[in-house]
Amino acid sequence: MTPGWLLRGVRLYGEAPVDLLIKDGVIAEVGSGLRAHGADVFDVGGLVALPGLVDLHTHLREPGREDAETVTSGSRAAALGGFTAVHAMANTDPVADTAGVVEQVWRLGRETGLVDVAPVGAVTVGLGGSQLAELGAMADSAARVRMFSDDGHCVSDPALMRRALEYVKAFGGVIAQHAEEHRLTEGAQMNEGVHSARLGLTGWPAAAEEAIIARDVLLAEHVGSRLHVCHVSTAGSVELLRWAKGRGVDVTAEVTPHHLLLTDELAATYDPVYKVNPPLRTACDVEALRAGLADGTIDAVATDHAPHAVEDKECEWGAARPGMLGLQQALSIVQLTMVDTGRLDWRGVADRMSARPARIGGTVRDGHGGDLVAGAPANLLLLDPAVTSVVDPAELASRSRNTPYAGRELPGRVVATFLRGVPTVLDGKAQA
Amino acid sequence: MKHLLSAADLDREAATLVLDTAAQMDAALAGREVKKLPTLRGRTVVNLFYEDSTRTRISFELAAKRLSADVITFSAKGSSVSKGESLKDTALTLEAMGADAVVVRHSMSGAPHRLAQWVRGSVVNAGDGTHEHPTQALLDAFTMRARLGRLEGLRVTIVGDVLHSRVARSNVLLLSTLGAEVTVVAPPTLLPVGVDAWPVEVSFDLDQSLPKADVVMMLRVQRERMSASYFPSPREYSRRYGLDATRMAMLAEHAIVMHPGPMNRGMEIAAEVADSVRSTIVEQVSNGLSVRMAVLYLLLGGAEVAA
Repeated sequence: MTPGWLLRGVRLYGEAPVDLLIKDGVIAEVGSGLRAHGADVFDVGGLVALPGLVDLHTHLREPGREDAETVTSGSRAAALGGFTAVHAMANTDPVADTAGVVEQVWRLGRETGLVDVAPVGAVTVGLGGSQLAELGAMADSAARVRMFSDDGHCVSDPALMRRALEYVKAFGGVIAQHAEEHRLTEGAQMNEGVHSARLGLTGWPAAAEEAIIARDVLLAEHVGSRLHVCHVSTAGSVELLRWAKGRGVDVTAEVTPHHLLLTDELAATYDPVYKVNPPLRTACDVEALRAGLADGTIDAVATDHAPHAVEDKECEWGAARPGMLGLQQALSIVQLTMVDTGRLDWRGVADRMSARPARIGGTVRDGHGGDLVAGAPANLLLLDPAVTSVVDPAELASRSRNTPYAGRELPGRVVATFLRGVPTVLDGKAQA
Repeated sequence: MKHLLSAADLDREAATLVLDTAAQMDAALAGREVKKLPTLRGRTVVNLFYEDSTRTRISFELAAKRLSADVITFSAKGSSVSKGESLKDTALTLEAMGADAVVVRHSMSGAPHRLAQWVRGSVVNAGDGTHEHPTQALLDAFTMRARLGRLEGLRVTIVGDVLHSRVARSNVLLLSTLGAEVTVVAPPTLLPVGVDAWPVEVSFDLDQSLPKADVVMMLRVQRERMSASYFPSPREYSRRYGLDATRMAMLAEHAIVMHPGPMNRGMEIAAEVADSVRSTIVEQVSNGLSVRMAVLYLLLGGAEVAA
């Protein structure tokens, strides 16, 4: 057991400085003028402490595409971004549609030990959209899967979606839907609008996302199930969610950092680093997403961290794979778009990036998403919100380099991350 | 100007210079026994064609040869391209061979933009996906100017599959730069969402826009679009949007009919229209040669034209 850590002058949620003592994996004491009791003293004057972040949507690529990311490299990126838990999406090769695969991913996460890796199980066998995977077996496995998603693919068949929503109630599961009416997005390359018209790239209409969300909230209401909507990207989706929540439908939703910041005019470069699914939308959509996150219509920020090998991005736009890195810059983007604009305070950030995602994905059971109070598991991060830095893709911990923020100056730096009292990041460096 | 990727790369002055230079090319070659100018001697032009296009490929090849450049043609079939080599690796290979200009035709929008980031030489877009085809727009403008004497204030109606047409996109940009008034006419299914931001008038009714047009440009419409429900049948399409003799009679006396080819006779254009005196279809092909000579000459900064 380590002697513990005494953080002197730390600003919990950006509030007045106090001391915080970490011992035996928990927050032992919070107060002023605390004694070290043999713990290492860390004079953090002015740093902001937040509960460890929880990502509902990460692609770790292992097994199958270890050239793009591994559980280890992705865990490192996550820890550096201030995360203590990530949900690993199921679209690996083989697909995470059996107890065996989810246990493998879960075990790899434990061996790395930088973040808790909570595997997401596929809804359908092989993400094929036609037959339910053994959801119960994955729930009962060592990985204790509670979130299921065919992410990358929409569960299109409405009858199958209904059954999935119903079935997971037996073990408190949730279906996380990638909302995309695929008949409306055949060959789609970018948001359908003024820019796609000019660039000659096939459009991905907002209605293709909204139609599925509308259908699914009605299904969830009908069968009394819990629905989570992945990477909401349009103003219309926010409106539908607001309507559904107003009716009392048990629906939650996430937004990605890139949809909070970037817009579809970036496609004019034809650089596929800006190609992502759902695509970057308009400035109006960005505004609606920020408003939705601020008022709680959107529950969580989730990265959709999607590493891709160089050859899958250094090519024609149409040939490139969709997706962008997100773990290491997520908190900076949220600071830039939500905190520095006055739309969320740090407690709000903790709610949207830790508390609510931990409840949605079920990692509350592992001590994530709790408040920074005495007795709570010591899952937290220390942030210096005052510094800015320019994103250099070569310095990222991910095996891949497909960040859309290269060369951008972003605020905030994660100085340290603690997982159950053990530093996974210290002085901005990963500890494994 | 380093590259020609989009018709939007040309302001009014630059576009006019290309058209004037093309006219000079014509004049310089007229009456010569040997149809060759020495201006690009020792320069290398690579034609990189990922998509079959006999017409455009031959036109560029001949244009470069008439300027005495060394010309190499890479086509998707029978080269490393068909073995799955990436665009970037192909670009680096061309770079290593010392290509001064790369003329690229590709089925994916934006491929020439990517190429331009990877090679030092000039890149000419010879048609990319459903995006643009700037030299086609230049040759069309050249043809209009030659036939009608001006471009400023000219009323041009572009008819057909605007949604999938790179010819339409480049023409809209270039013609509006040059002061023409453009109307696009198509069934609503074949117009892009977002067309309202274009500097054009939009109409669904061909008959209404014909009497006032100085130029009617018919776009190729693939019959296969029917299967994706863009229109119910080729017959209905041609009834509502095809240019036949009856419709041609509605045109002003001076009005011309253009088509970028290849034509679907009986679909978007009737044979008697294609073969009429109003039709500039054959002239467009020969003007294409002069315009492409002008583009290569201006990009590669060859020696004086008037030798």
